[in-house]
Amino acid sequence: MPRPGFVLEVDRNTPPILFWRGENFSLEKLPAGRSRVIYAPEPLEPLVDIDGAIRHALLNPIDHDPLPELLFPGMKLTIAFDDISLPLPPMTRPDIRQRVIEAVLDLAADAGVDDVHLIAALALHRRMTEAELRHAVGDRVYDAFAPRGLLYQHDAEDPDQLEYLGQTPQGEDVEINKRAADSDLLVYVNINLVAMDGGWKSTATGLSSYKSLQHHHNPQTMEATRSFMDQHKSELHKSNWRMGQVMVDSGVKVFQIESTMNTDTFPKPFGFLSKREWEWNARDRASFIASSSALKRTPARIARNIFHSIEAPHQMTSVQAGEVDAVHKVTTANVWKQQLVEVQGQTDILTMGIPFICPYNVNSIMNPILVMCMGLGYLFNMYRGKPLVKEGGVIIMTHPTPWDFHPVHHPSYIDFFEQVLSETTDPHVMSKKYEKRFAEDEWYKHLYRTSYAYHGVHPFYMWYWGAHGMQHCSRVIIVGGDVKAVRRLGFTPASTMDDAFEIASDVVGSSPTITHIHTPPVLVADVK
Amino acid sequence: MKALQVSRKVARLGLARMASAVSSSAAAKVGPLKLVSIDPPDPLGAGWQTVRTRLSGICGSDLSTIEGRASTYFDDLVSFPFTPGHEVVGELADGTRVVIEPVLGHAARGFPLPHAGAAPGDGDDYAHLALPPLEPGIQTGFCHSTGGGWSTYFLAHESQLHGVPADMTDEAAVMIEPAAGGIHTALMCWPSIAQTETPVIAVLGAGTMGLCAIAGLRRYIPNVHIVVGARYPHQQSMARAFGADEVVAPKELGRAVRRVVGCHMIGDYLSGGAHVTIDAVGNSGSIQSCLQITKPRGRVILMGMPAEVTVDLTGLWHRETQIAGSYTYGTESMPDGTSRRTFDLAIETVGEYDMGRMVSATYPLDDYEDAIAHAAAAGRRGALKVAFDLRPPQQRDTENH
Repeated sequence: MPRPGFVLEVDRNTPPILFWRGENFSLEKLPAGRSRVIYAPEPLEPLVDIDGAIRHALLNPIDHDPLPELLFPGMKLTIAFDDISLPLPPMTRPDIRQRVIEAVLDLAADAGVDDVHLIAALALHRRMTEAELRHAVGDRVYDAFAPRGLLYQHDAEDPDQLEYLGQTPQGEDVEINKRAADSDLLVYVNINLVAMDGGWKSTATGLSSYKSLQHHHNPQTMEATRSFMDQHKSELHKSNWRMGQVMVDSGVKVFQIESTMNTDTFPKPFGFLSKREWEWNARDRASFIASSSALKRTPARIARNIFHSIEAPHQMTSVQAGEVDAVHKVTTANVWKQQLVEVQGQTDILTMGIPFICPYNVNSIMNPILVMCMGLGYLFNMYRGKPLVKEGGVIIMTHPTPWDFHPVHHPSYIDFFEQVLSETTDPHVMSKKYEKRFAEDEWYKHLYRTSYAYHGVHPFYMWYWGAHGMQHCSRVIIVGGDVKAVRRLGFTPASTMDDAFEIASDVVGSSPTITHIHTPPVLVADVK
Repeated sequence: MKALQVSRKVARLGLARMASAVSSSAAAKVGPLKLVSIDPPDPLGAGWQTVRTRLSGICGSDLSTIEGRASTYFDDLVSFPFTPGHEVVGELADGTRVVIEPVLGHAARGFPLPHAGAAPGDGDDYAHLALPPLEPGIQTGFCHSTGGGWSTYFLAHESQLHGVPADMTDEAAVMIEPAAGGIHTALMCWPSIAQTETPVIAVLGAGTMGLCAIAGLRRYIPNVHIVVGARYPHQQSMARAFGADEVVAPKELGRAVRRVVGCHMIGDYLSGGAHVTIDAVGNSGSIQSCLQITKPRGRVILMGMPAEVTVDLTGLWHRETQIAGSYTYGTESMPDGTSRRTFDLAIETVGEYDMGRMVSATYPLDDYEDAIAHAAAAGRRGALKVAFDLRPPQQRDTENH
C-alpha cells in the first residue's frame, strides 16, 4: 500500500535534504524548528491490465456514446495527441499514447473507417523529431501513417490548416486545426501528468493558433489564476472552457480520452531521488555520492545527455473517455489522488530544487527563461487553495542557470533574453512592446514550421507563466546560478543556501518559516 | 625639449610585438618608443609654424606602432625617428589655440592642390606623401621632419591649422581629430543608403572611434537606425548618449540587426542585414562578423586599422558585399548635396556632444609607460581617450576648474 504524501517538520536529527540543481543535486541542511519538507505520495499501483482498461473506457465512455457507435465507413476521423511536453521524463515504451491510439485505430478498422489523420497537438511548441514521434505513437502506427502524410504535426502558422470558429461571449477568437474542426469525430488522446492538463485545454490550446492563444496566454490571465492546478480558480482554464463551448456550438464533435499516471519517476539507478532522505540506505547514499561527484566533473553537455536519456517507469493509473468536461472531472480526481498533500498554513520562504527537465526542454537545454518558468510558473503553482509561500515572501531555487540556449529549439528565447529582459522583466510591459513583434517575426515562423523551434512568442508565454509568482513574492533567489544570467532574470544570485537565507532575511526577518517542496516526483500542496 | 620618439630598430619592434602579448606597458618598456631630450625642430620655411603641445591623445594606430604590430605597408610612408601624436591641441607662438589636421597634404609638401580649396587629405594620388621636400610621412606624428604631438614642440603647416573656439576646453579640442575620423566614416555610409528611407547601420566596437562614428551618423545621416555592438558598460552608455538606437554586446550584434531588419539567419549569416556596417575594431573576427551581418550588396567600412587578417571571403563574393577602408578626413559631400570640411563638422560635433567627457585620463610625458598601458587597456579600465598633458601645471589647473 503506497504511503500518502508527508510533511516533515525538520528537527536537529533530520538529515540534509536533497535539492535538484539541474543535471545534478546537492544535500542542504535546513534550519531546525522552523523548516518543513513536503514529500510526494508514493506511486499508486498502476492498472494491471492497461490495454483492457483502455478498451473498457472506449466502450463505456462517460456521458457519451461508445466509440464504436461513433465510427462509420466514409467518415473523417482525426486523432490528436499530446506532444513531447508530456509526460516528464518521457516514459518507457510503450507510451500511453501508443496504447490508446492503437486501441482507437483497431475500433476504427473494425468499423471500416479509412480516412484517418493523426495530429500531434503542438500548439506553438516545437515539432517533434521522427524518433520522438515513434516513441509517442509506436513504430507500427508511425510506419502505417507517417509515410502517407496521415500522421503529422499541427502547424499554427499555416492558414490553410486553420479554421476560424468564432468568438466566445468575452470576445476571444477560436481558431483551431481545420482537419480537426472538419472531421466527423475528433478523438483527443491526452496524458494528464498534472491537473492543469486535459479538458478543453487539450483541443482549445493544443490545436489552436496564436490568434486564439493570445486571449489566455497573457499576463492578465496568468496573474488572475489561483492556480493552474485548480481548474475552477484558473482564468486560463475558464478561457479554454469558453473556447470549448464555441467548438461544441460550431459542431466540432470531440471524444476525449484522458489518462493519469503514477509518480514512479526514476528508474532504479536513480531510485534514491524519489526516497525520503532519512530512509536512504547505504546503497542510496553511495549512489548519491557517486553520481553527484561524477556529475560535478562531467561536462554539461554530457550530463544533459545522461539525464535526457532517462525513461521513466511511470505507468497508467486510470483512463477515462467520453464527453470532455465529464471525463476531466474524473481525471482530475484521479490526479489529486496521486499528487495531493495536505499542508497546514503558508511559509515565509519556499525552497525548490529545479530539476533537469520541464515541459519545454525535453532533449534540450534548460535555459534561464525555462528556469524561471519552472520555478515561478510550475513549482510555485503546485498548490490548491493558497500558495505555499505567503504574499511578500521569498522563493529560493537551486539551479546552475547557465547562460545557454539550444539554438535550434529556442532561437527566439535568445533574442528574448538578450533584448527584452535587458530592458524589462515586467510581463505587462514586454507584452505591449514586444510580444507582437516576436509572434509575427518571419524567421521564427519559418523555424517553427520547418525546423524544430518553439514559436517566436513562446518565451513570452514562459515568462507570463511565472507572472503570478513574480507578483506574489517580494524576492526570488537562485542558489548556484550564473550570476549574470540570474541578474538578467531580475533575480538575486546566491552562492550557497546559507547565503540565500541571509539575503532573504532582509525581507522575512532572521527566523522565517521555510518550506521545501521536494519534487520531482510531482506533488500538489493542498494548503489549508 | 622632451619628446617621445619611435626609432626604426627591428629588434625592438620584434621585442615589443612579443611583449605586447603580455602587456602594453611591457611593450612600451622594451619597444621602439623612448623618452628623449632633443632640440626643438628646425623651422621648415614659409607657411610653417611651431606649435607648443597642450594635449595630445593616444590613438589605436599609435599603439599598433609602439607594440610592433603595424603593417609593413607603412615602411615607405613614415620616416624615422619620429615623434608620434596626431591628435593634438596646441598653441602658436602668439598664444592662439589650434588643433591640427594631421595629414601632410599637398599644400604642406609644396605640391599643387588636387582642386581649389582642397583639404590636406584630399586627392587620389599619394606620391606626395613619400617625396621631398619633407621626409616621408602620411601625417604629423609619423614624419621625422615635422615631429608630433608627444613632445613639447612640433611643426605644423598653416594648411593643417584650425582655430579652437574660445569656449572649448583643451579636453574637448583634443577630440576634434578623432571626431573628424568618425564623421568621415559616417559620411562614407551615405552613398550606399541615399535611396533608403530608414537605413540600418551597424557599428561593431565602441571605443573612441566607434563612438565618434555613432555621433557622426546621428548628426549627419537622416533617419538612420543605429545598432551598436559595444563591449564595456561605459562604452554602451556613451553609445546611447551619442544617439545609438540599440546597444548590445558585440556577440549579440547579429541578432540585434536581424531583429531590426526582420530577416532570417542562414548559418552564421543574416539573410539580409544592415545596409552598412562599420567595423571599429579591425581584426579578423570583427571583419568576419561585419560581413555576416551586412545585407547582400551592402557595404562594410573598415574604420579600425586591420593590418594582416584572415577572413573567409566566400560570403563577400556571394553577397557582392563592398568593403571599404576609412582612414581620414578632408572635404565631405553632405547628404544635402553641399560640401563641408570634415574638421569644421568635427568642431561643431565635439561641442554639440560634449566630447571632452571622453578624455578619461591624462599623463605627463615622463609617465609614458603608464599612459600607454592605460590607453591599451582603456576598455577594461573604464576609459575612452587617454592623452598626454604637456600644459604647465598652472594652465592645467585653470583648465580643470
